[in-house]
Amino acid sequence: MRRKEKFIEALLALCAGISVFTTVGILYVLVSESYGFFATVPLSEFLTDDQWTPLFADQHFGIMPLVAGTLLTTVIAIALALPVGLTIAIYLNEYAHPKLRKSVKPALEVLAAIPTVVYGYFALTVVTPFLQQIFPELAGFSALSAGLVMGVMIIPIISSLSEDALFAVPKSLREASYGMGATPFQTSFKVLVPAASSGIIVSVILAISRAVGETMIVAIAAGQQPNLTANPFVPIETITTYIVQVSTGDVERGSLEYKTIFAAGITLFIFTFILNNISFWIKKKFLQKYE
Amino acid sequence: MSEVNWNRIKDRSFKYFGIGCTVFGLSVLVVFLLSIIIQGVARIDWDFITSMPSRFAEKAGILPALIGTLWILVLTAAISIPIGVASGVYLEEYGKKNRFAKFLEINIANLAGVPSIIYGLLGLEIFGRIMAMGGSILAGSCTLALLILPVVIVSTREAIKAVPDTLRQASYGLGASKWQTLSRQVIPASAGGIVTGIILAISRAIGETAPLIVVGALVFVPFVPSGPMDQFTVLPIQIFNWVSRPEKEFGVNAAAAIIILLLVTFVMNGIALYLRNRWQKKIKW
Repeated sequence: MRRKEKFIEALLALCAGISVFTTVGILYVLVSESYGFFATVPLSEFLTDDQWTPLFADQHFGIMPLVAGTLLTTVIAIALALPVGLTIAIYLNEYAHPKLRKSVKPALEVLAAIPTVVYGYFALTVVTPFLQQIFPELAGFSALSAGLVMGVMIIPIISSLSEDALFAVPKSLREASYGMGATPFQTSFKVLVPAASSGIIVSVILAISRAVGETMIVAIAAGQQPNLTANPFVPIETITTYIVQVSTGDVERGSLEYKTIFAAGITLFIFTFILNNISFWIKKKFLQKYE
Repeated sequence: MSEVNWNRIKDRSFKYFGIGCTVFGLSVLVVFLLSIIIQGVARIDWDFITSMPSRFAEKAGILPALIGTLWILVLTAAISIPIGVASGVYLEEYGKKNRFAKFLEINIANLAGVPSIIYGLLGLEIFGRIMAMGGSILAGSCTLALLILPVVIVSTREAIKAVPDTLRQASYGLGASKWQTLSRQVIPASAGGIVTGIILAISRAIGETAPLIVVGALVFVPFVPSGPMDQFTVLPIQIFNWVSRPEKEFGVNAAAAIIILLLVTFVMNGIALYLRNRWQKKIKW
């Protein structure tokens, strides 16, 4: 009996250990393959060259155009999702009828359940033609269109998580504010938002991390052309898109071109790893503020 | 104008701005679904579902992609459910205070934030090359199983956490061992929550495109896969392929395939929501 119990505990622990295997596997794959890449291409060239053309005859290995593309689409997405998502969170929490809140929240969360390839289709066939009527100079593939649609995708991350954070602020704070004669607007922005700021920041960081790692929307709508630019009207390429582009082509396994996707992958991994750990740190540091 | 009036105006205008933003979010969703339905619904017929892909848009169908998605769904579930539930049970019930569990927890939280395409790179090297599975259904399923593992683990833990201690104590009081208590009381009592989490995780897995492309799923598959070691494609990759073509007719095919994919996703999400509601209602500890 006791032996059986021990055996089961060990078996369960073994299953739990598979997540460690995943992490080790990811690090091993990224480091070992990009090690081969950096043995040929010096890190200084990788970081300072302003062109990324591993698939052309004239090869350049500067990651910056891909980083710029990733940051540009992310900034556009957050510029849409942060104000809209936070406003929805405040509106639902402070102004809307509880019944409305209960039905709107899951409806918005449907946005997060839609596969991203579907958003890509939407960006290409609906949003780009619509934007071209407003900005005639907009190219058929652009960071603007992909970024905006990505923004729509991450609205529910910000609105849902921020709303949870606002909802968790103790009732006494809210009542004290109303007791002083403050309007709901003043209560929201001078009391609730500051009190819930750690939760709101965490939601925004999660949204940024999601946008940085997003692949299919940009692969379909942003153009797959590495471009070191801040111009949202022209085609660009992100780190993730480049990996997809190489995977759909026929690059020989083990070649330098093949190894570039791991060098791009480790760059992406470092970005998201830093973002995630900032959010863990904020969560841990500020979690017990009101308990 | 007095300060009070000014504050009232600010309050009012923010309220309307809030309504505007909420309506914006919801109407994007509606426009989005409508535009896809308008473009694609006429294209869906029995032939579309049972035909092979083709160079001619009118003749092309989604059969291999649909069967591929079903294979991926079943295998991913078969791999991720036992591992995920076991990990969740271990972390919640056994590893409360030990260091290994603490380390696992941080590790899982980090894995949940890794972009899906990185899992694709992992699958390409570990499953595809080192374990010699190539670009098979099995390699794809293993990759997606690892991808959704954090979600399954977290929802299992949440569900088990909701089971009150009195149930455990009653079981121990009758002389049951720890595993007997878990397998006969705690896990059945939390099954609703666990199943909800699993369905949501798997519905996410079947919408994934990028990791499978990286692992080596094919873009054009003119045959129906018959076993886990076969090459394959899935619905999202088929959609990606059709969207990437310049001809309008393929765009219509993409819209039609999207309707099918969304139907599968929404049905799974609907079931999960239904189970969650029923479970929350039934349980009043």
